[in-house]
Amino acid sequence: MTPVKLYPPRPERVYLFGTCLIDMFFPEAGLDAVRLLEREGIEVVYPDNQTCCGQPAYTSGYHDEAREVARAQLGLFPEPWPIIVPSGSCGGMMRKHYPALFAGTPEEQQARDVASRIFELTEFLVHVCQLKLEDKGGEEKVAMHTSCSARREMGLADTGPALLAQLGQVELVEQVRSAECCGFGGTFAVRHPQVSAAMVEDKSQAIEQAGAEHFVTSDCGCLMNIGGHLAHRGSDVAGEHIASYLWRRTS
Amino acid sequence: MSQPVETFTPQQFHRQSREALANPQIRANFRKAMDGLMDKRRDAFAEWQLEELRQLGANIRLRALAHLPDLLEQLEARCEANGIRVHWAEDGEQACRIVTDICQRHGARSVIKGKSMVSEEMHLNAHLEKAGIEALESDLGEYLVQLNEQTPSHIIMPAIHLNTDEISDIMHDNTGTERTRDVDAMTAAARAQLRERFMAADVGVSGVNFAVAETGTLCLVENEGNGRMTTTVPPVHIAVTGIEKVVEHLADVPPLYALLTRSATGQHVTTYFNMISSPRREGEHDGPREVHLVLVDNGRSNIYQDDELLDTLRCIRCGACMNHCPVYTRVGGHSYGTTYPGPIGSILMPHLMGLDATRDLPTASSLCGACGEVCPVKIPIPDLLVRLRREAVGEGRGNVPGAGSKRTSKEVAAWKSWQWLATHPSAWRGATGIIGKLRGLAPAHIGPWTEYRTAPKPAAVPLHRLIKQYRKEGRS
Repeated sequence: MTPVKLYPPRPERVYLFGTCLIDMFFPEAGLDAVRLLEREGIEVVYPDNQTCCGQPAYTSGYHDEAREVARAQLGLFPEPWPIIVPSGSCGGMMRKHYPALFAGTPEEQQARDVASRIFELTEFLVHVCQLKLEDKGGEEKVAMHTSCSARREMGLADTGPALLAQLGQVELVEQVRSAECCGFGGTFAVRHPQVSAAMVEDKSQAIEQAGAEHFVTSDCGCLMNIGGHLAHRGSDVAGEHIASYLWRRTS
Repeated sequence: MSQPVETFTPQQFHRQSREALANPQIRANFRKAMDGLMDKRRDAFAEWQLEELRQLGANIRLRALAHLPDLLEQLEARCEANGIRVHWAEDGEQACRIVTDICQRHGARSVIKGKSMVSEEMHLNAHLEKAGIEALESDLGEYLVQLNEQTPSHIIMPAIHLNTDEISDIMHDNTGTERTRDVDAMTAAARAQLRERFMAADVGVSGVNFAVAETGTLCLVENEGNGRMTTTVPPVHIAVTGIEKVVEHLADVPPLYALLTRSATGQHVTTYFNMISSPRREGEHDGPREVHLVLVDNGRSNIYQDDELLDTLRCIRCGACMNHCPVYTRVGGHSYGTTYPGPIGSILMPHLMGLDATRDLPTASSLCGACGEVCPVKIPIPDLLVRLRREAVGEGRGNVPGAGSKRTSKEVAAWKSWQWLATHPSAWRGATGIIGKLRGLAPAHIGPWTEYRTAPKPAAVPLHRLIKQYRKEGRS
């Protein structure tokens, strides 16, 4: 389904596209992504003028507005370096939808070029960095929620779990219906709040019932949704972006 | 216990889905049924090269659609040559009139029906009733929802919203069947009730799964034998189908059939596969004296005009998108208020009913992509949902009926403001910085979000500044 992607050799430098949710709500996750990459000897360039990939408007049907915002990002990556995105959702937008969004515009080629250099963080750590991790934390049962965009749009169901599997003291517990959506879906959670709530309730329950003491995800939309729900119901299980979790346990 | 027919409308999706979510019985019935169907599908494809088969299915449907006008003419010519009378209907109303006219010409008082979603789409039963003709559903699930004055909640399993106890009650209350939890006993009772009706029916009405252009053959996929009875016992058989159901070659059918049964119910084969190629011929002992085919457009040729929306017409009506949809699984089929519920309904019904009536359906998806992942003919359902969202909030220039009906100046202004901010990086950084500084004032309650979740708290230092601090501190 997902076309086979040929991975480049490990580069000296990469760009980081931090995403607006990380910028505003989970900046530590962005910084931990930088730390993980730098530990691998890769220089991380963070273009200061980045804002948002445009996805909220795109999925809401406001494609002109999405295109303008996306256009403002296209010029931020002039060097032919990989662009690392610590989110499958924004990564999917930039890799899959940018070419279509700019089809027939003067920026079409540029959009295709940017799209071809997009890597989701865990994808890059596994397939390009071939990251080796040494676990320094204690025993812990962890559940992973891979975002639907990472899983289906980018075809990355395995990269997050592959990284967690390297942590010797961490037991990755399997939830029921682990491939099912958590119910965030951007504006979906706002337009259909009760349906979204029913979905996140089931997801939280599945994580708890799996015996997880902690949960990680590679997308801050899911993190805000599931983590927010777990906190709301007074659960002991806290969530964290996978970049922060990996850094915390291995540094 | 049950809702009377026509209570559900797409305009009321929000209310209907809320009510369904609050009904533990509906939640449990759908969850259990959909979990089972997902497992069965996965197992049925386990030893197949699924991606290759899906691509083959997609290619067959794309090829048929590419030549749709020619194939329809060929289908008509071959059917007529076989003795099948072909009728064209521009909309549901006209299709109903054609069927009713045929019935009246034969003095029909009772019609037995095989399962047909197109007949649901055109509200055939109500139309026949007005003409004094009784229409009885013979598919077991359809029979139950008809007894209960409901509409199907799933395109393959119409009574999937009902559990054994509810079915027992319906059979008892409407047919006097003794209450039981024995499914075989209930099935036997329904079978006996229907058997008499097959014998007495003047006309049989069925749907069509694949109409083969090169041979003029109508293929009908079913499990209960009611399709075969409907199309062979009464003296007249009328098949109704959407114009998109045509395929070019007979050889196109086996791959589509393989995909259909496994995607729908996880079956390797169905109990019956009917190929209808003519009325009873000289010297034959059974079969209808007349066979009619009604080809229904009902908005489909309008979809056909658009290169992207055209993909909607690939659908072979397996229902896998519903079975795998986290929204459908929770709100059930009736919440959508449309003939076709779930993801396929949300991309098809706007064309049939207009985006004004169905405005809340394209947004009733988290775009998780599960539907597109399992679609046997690879319809890019999430992309089409986004396209319809765009039509709904656009300036109404598209050719989807009701385009622009969801556009509000307030929402347009909100997105324009967002656009301005996100295209002015220094203003963006200023705004995120201010939000961070004022985080103490962040509201603890933000609409429905915080009914179910804690409010997200803006970070004191956004990533933009955090990275600068980190660089200054010498990468500690």
